[in-house]
Amino acid sequence: MATETSTKMALAKAINESLRRALEADPKVLVMGEDVGKLGGVFRVTDGLQKDFGESRVIDTPLAESGIVGTAIGLALRGYRPVVEIQFDGFVFPAYDQIVTQLAKMHARSLGKVKLPVVIRIPYGGGIGAVEHHSESPEALFAHVAGLKIVTPSNSSDAYWMMQQAIQSDDPVIFFEPKRRYWDKGEVNTEAIPGPLHKAQVVREGTDLTLVAYGPMVKTCLEVADAAAEEGRNLEVLDLRSVSPLDFDAIQASVEKTRRLVVVHEAPVFFGSGAEIAARITERCFYHLEAPVLRVGGYHAPYPPARIEEEYLPGLDRVLDAVDRALAY
Amino acid sequence: MTVESTAARKPRRSAGTRKSPSTEPELVQLLTPEGKRVKNAAYDKYVAGITPDELRGLYRDMVLTRRFDAEATSLQRQGELGLWASLLGQEAAQIGSGRATREDDYVFPTYREHGVAWCRGVPPENLLGMFRGVNNGGWDPNSNNFQLYTIVIGSQTLHATGYAMGITKDGADSAVIAYFGDGASSQGDVAESFTFSAVYNAPVVFFCQNNQWAISEPTEKQTRVPLYQRAQGFGFPGVRVDGNDVLACLAVTKWALERARSGEGPTLVEAFTYRMGAHTTSDDPTRYRGDEERQAWEAKDPILRLRRYLEASNHADEGFFAELEAESEALGKRVREAVRAMPDPDRFAIFEHAYADGHALVDEERAQFAAYQASFTDGEGA
Repeated sequence: MATETSTKMALAKAINESLRRALEADPKVLVMGEDVGKLGGVFRVTDGLQKDFGESRVIDTPLAESGIVGTAIGLALRGYRPVVEIQFDGFVFPAYDQIVTQLAKMHARSLGKVKLPVVIRIPYGGGIGAVEHHSESPEALFAHVAGLKIVTPSNSSDAYWMMQQAIQSDDPVIFFEPKRRYWDKGEVNTEAIPGPLHKAQVVREGTDLTLVAYGPMVKTCLEVADAAAEEGRNLEVLDLRSVSPLDFDAIQASVEKTRRLVVVHEAPVFFGSGAEIAARITERCFYHLEAPVLRVGGYHAPYPPARIEEEYLPGLDRVLDAVDRALAY
Repeated sequence: MTVESTAARKPRRSAGTRKSPSTEPELVQLLTPEGKRVKNAAYDKYVAGITPDELRGLYRDMVLTRRFDAEATSLQRQGELGLWASLLGQEAAQIGSGRATREDDYVFPTYREHGVAWCRGVPPENLLGMFRGVNNGGWDPNSNNFQLYTIVIGSQTLHATGYAMGITKDGADSAVIAYFGDGASSQGDVAESFTFSAVYNAPVVFFCQNNQWAISEPTEKQTRVPLYQRAQGFGFPGVRVDGNDVLACLAVTKWALERARSGEGPTLVEAFTYRMGAHTTSDDPTRYRGDEERQAWEAKDPILRLRRYLEASNHADEGFFAELEAESEALGKRVREAVRAMPDPDRFAIFEHAYADGHALVDEERAQFAAYQASFTDGEGA
């Protein structure tokens, strides 16, 4: 129920408001990236922040991703809490070295003396008709690296609160933003007490099968559950919210109830987060499962040109097909 | 094709060959290899007030650093260290620049800056943990404002730049110095750090120790222009200093740090020096360079040079050198004993500090590991 402190806002706006709150609350918080200042970011997620907090807090950077992350590490060493924007998913790779060899490991290398509270925001995923390198889902490439936390909200409220929690975390957090959901509106209660950052959430209760998703695929899975309900099937939908750590307890609890699991993500299925979930849930719930864990995701192929991206992305029909197959066992 | 583009594509005659001294730019030098003090209008003032005591101090720093380095090399040969990256020959570049820093300055080293660490007061044995394999760094960078060694080439120049940007935001007048080598100058991160530091006018000194070799690749494989000239294209000054002249390194670095403090932004210092030993103890320099080269550089030895000057100017007597020899031996012994006494880390250290806030997967795997370990104990008890 909407309260006085609850407002309906788009996911992108929720992140904007969250960054604004963090900048107000802590002078050590910085926002950095290409075009984040006057332009407000190519998706306008940082709109108006430089105007209100100045160029010293909201920093337009040179066009160099490794430089952005590398200097953010230095700023964090100096006591700042930088929130950096990588403009698009496919552009993070020039910074990959800094993220995995430096950012992820410095805390351990210093035996805990150094903390690197850096948040890396990455608009990710497809479905917006973009050109190549603008639609990818590289979360598994980061989740494989110890020292990083990987989170991704699916709605405005989570976007608002998870950003607060990411900024407050003393660990580096990769904050994947589902860009095709940027304009979806949802309630945000700015006074609420949020749940822990790493906890998954049941967003629809069900009994026949569990759909596990995160980020952009949560909405798709809710639509799948609606469609399946018309056929008399009662699906549970779990929004993971965090890819690393993964909330296996929540998945296990759901699977023990429904006994069937389909994992849905946009990233390629091969070596993806679905593989990890399938393996571990098979270990944990072997005697509960009525069917093998199935995965629906992208193919082991470069992200395709926009005109055929709907064939590549998991849509309603492909997920429903997997649901049918799981229920057929 | 235009005449210009043809000319641009044609390698100059010097490219790809060893440098010829006549075409090399002049070095800032205050002490000749023979130990003679030479005047330098621009930089003399930065060492004008230096006392004989301080000169002896620089000499002591270099001798003890070399002794420490030799001890570490021996320890590697004895199997006590898995690897060692020797600084032999680079003592002047490191001690000169290291002694130019102020306590509140911050140092971002690569993995060979044992002399700079010495200047910062980092206990030498702290440097050996990662080479012995008991940790991957292991010290608190904020204890001496000396960041952990960085193995990936050039990464730390960006950290230095970011830290320097933070100093500016804080309104402080500290400065940062980032060390890297001639090989690192080819890295994108180094170029990006030049860009960022110039754009934000960050108080950072880039101190490139051009020791002529990036493992087996000569400087010619990294650049067609003298490295210090790179700075010009980024909009800040670069200077080449005789890296085997501790006085010149001290003076030039002081100048660069003062520029940084006074808001004039970054500087690139290229210390022209020589790595007399191998890249690391795993390297075999006889496969890629001849003896003559090393012999030519031995004649420019940084320690010998200052000793000649100290003796000629009567700033040090036999007693000083004898005492230092004894101190050297004591340091070697201390390092040797410290390394051998270093305990292996607890096996659960695998999981320690992976995250500051904790992580469910790490907790789960730690528990599994503990159960696995406990299964042996149970077996023994049964």
